[in-house]
Amino acid sequence: MRLSHAFIERNAIVLLVLALLTVTIGGIVEIVPLFTIETTVEHVQGVRPYSPLELRGRDIYVREGCYLCHSQMIRTLRDDVARYGHYSLAAESMYDHPFQWGSKRIGPDLARVGGKYSDAWMYAHLEHPRRLVPESLMPDFAFLARTPLETRDLLARMKTNIEVGVPYTKADLAQAEADLRAQDDPSADHSALEKRYHGAHVVPGNGHPTELDALVAYLQVLGTMVDFKDVTPAQERQ
Amino acid sequence: MSEHALPGGPVLYNDAVVKKFVIACLFWAIAAFLVGVYIASELAWPQLNIAPYLNFGRLRPVHTSAAIFAFGGSALIGTSFYVVQRTCRARLWGGDALANFVFWGYQIFIVLAATSYLMGFSKSREYAEPEWHLDLLLVLVWVCYLLIYLGTLMRRAEPHIYVANWFYLSFIITIALLVIVNNLGIPISPYSAKSYSWFSGVQDAMVQWWYGHNAVGFFLTVPFLGMMYYFIPKAANRPIYSYRLSIVHFWALIFIYIWAGPHHLLWTALPDWTQTLGMAFSIMLWMPSWGGMINGLMTLSGAWDKLRTDPGLRFSVTAVGFYGMATFEGPAMSIRSVNALVHYSDWVIGHVHSGTLGWVAFIVFGALYYLVPNLWGRKGLYSVRLAAWHYWIATLGIVFYIASMWVAGLMEGLMWRAYDRFGFLKYSFVQVVVAEHPFMVLRMIGGVLFTIGAVLMIYNLWMTVNSPSTEAPRATPVAIGLPAGAVVAGE
Repeated sequence: MRLSHAFIERNAIVLLVLALLTVTIGGIVEIVPLFTIETTVEHVQGVRPYSPLELRGRDIYVREGCYLCHSQMIRTLRDDVARYGHYSLAAESMYDHPFQWGSKRIGPDLARVGGKYSDAWMYAHLEHPRRLVPESLMPDFAFLARTPLETRDLLARMKTNIEVGVPYTKADLAQAEADLRAQDDPSADHSALEKRYHGAHVVPGNGHPTELDALVAYLQVLGTMVDFKDVTPAQERQ
Repeated sequence: MSEHALPGGPVLYNDAVVKKFVIACLFWAIAAFLVGVYIASELAWPQLNIAPYLNFGRLRPVHTSAAIFAFGGSALIGTSFYVVQRTCRARLWGGDALANFVFWGYQIFIVLAATSYLMGFSKSREYAEPEWHLDLLLVLVWVCYLLIYLGTLMRRAEPHIYVANWFYLSFIITIALLVIVNNLGIPISPYSAKSYSWFSGVQDAMVQWWYGHNAVGFFLTVPFLGMMYYFIPKAANRPIYSYRLSIVHFWALIFIYIWAGPHHLLWTALPDWTQTLGMAFSIMLWMPSWGGMINGLMTLSGAWDKLRTDPGLRFSVTAVGFYGMATFEGPAMSIRSVNALVHYSDWVIGHVHSGTLGWVAFIVFGALYYLVPNLWGRKGLYSVRLAAWHYWIATLGIVFYIASMWVAGLMEGLMWRAYDRFGFLKYSFVQVVVAEHPFMVLRMIGGVLFTIGAVLMIYNLWMTVNSPSTEAPRATPVAIGLPAGAVVAGE
């Protein structure tokens, strides 16, 4: 039989199936190995699930569409590293559902913003950016400071994260509410929080967090989980 | 050209649903352009972020969804229904109720998606922001759309499936695949709109840009080529230049496009092998893209004089020109060393808009200037002069937009990587922000011009439908024959 395009043109189902097969190949080749090749995500110490308050802060970050102006991905380029710090590892966003690498820098990259500014600066800047940086284009987020953080569905959120692969333990779930309040209260006992969530940054609240408290807790942990003094070049190789 | 007199009596097409999509398309055009102008103004004057629901982060997805899915999507579904009926000589499969369900279901999806962003529901996946319950609605509507389209193809009276339909069909099936995989996730409760994505980190990034780039490829390119393959031969009254080229570039385009996603992730934590694949296929993509451009432009051979008299065709042809430009620019930007400079910068925004304003919107405008007189049985446009004004104002708007973004993007890329003589970074981030300001204003002006042009078009089309001056003489039926190219493509 002579191979003829006329056959495809005369059969709608054949056309449909062939088109579908044609577009499937690229996706399979590029996506599936990322789940099977072991070195895709580097083996480094320190990356942990987000604490309850950080997780809720991340939800606020996702809700407000921060990714549209801020990337969280320092590229392997000299000037990116000079401006923002060590280039980002895949491991550092392994518990990010969804990833927030971003695609545009209307504002600076935030992958390592954690610990770069004081809490006082963070709060003041998020509420009214232009009072600290007159040239800034960022919207005011003062309304976050007036909005109490919704915590009723905290467990549902953590359990859903478990379902998509984040290794929260039973103890994490049982202590979620206590951990959340402790991280928002500098006068509380933080030993349990620190044990579960190493390096969790306590924000200056009163145990009843606002949305802004949660957002600051999240921003202050960004890029701080991996201690690069402990990382060898071999570990970073993909 | 055979008018209604088809073998076995006239086929009565379902044009009512096409008219609805045309009206929706015009409405969403203005909505998308106005929101675009507003968020562009926010980047020039941030004080315009006056309330949480008007903040840039919530409004920007409203702009992109309104432009791509509402304006572009309504144009695509509407024209695909128009084209598939005429090139198959068959009424839409599934009855009027199903077609109306696709129309209303799609419009409701858009309204709910846009309002949900304003209220703070977003998955924060670029171009896939609607939360899970809206995704389910979209998939339901889309499956019905596929059934109607496929059913109509299968009941066709023509032996061959016309080339425009290959493009529309592959768009429908590929978008279904992309939307379903990219939006996999788990809601925190059946009663909550919040969900977490199935994938995380680097795999999530790859899946999202496999989707994101092919939202450009299979939503903003492939089906609009289908539109080109019907309306340009029709308006120019010429057959398609090369049937062979249309076969080769169709299969090459849909095969290669899907690989190009990783060029959005160059120099990131995505493994090098995936980055390299993405870059290589992006460069290869140049050729099948220009195959479409050549086929579109060469179809005008012997009919170039029509550009003087037919402003609709002028839009279509300029669109193909912008398509050629943007599909050269894209592969260039996918080269690692170029990408290191332009990624994260406004050049990307300029590139996208030379595609969306120059290619997508212009090919839609060209189709609308052809469609509206035909659908409403008018002998011609209310004012060719006004359409010409639209053309020049909109073109000037695009020039303002993309030129300012090119300059801003290059400037940002160069300032971000500039070092002083001691080896320190020369500029702080905010100094770059300050330097961008004039270009943000120029871009906003470009958007305003483009919007003014669209308003002129809507007035012109409104008057075309409602003015006595465009009424066709009673006895003449409206030409609904196949495009001349169909004959060639069927050989």
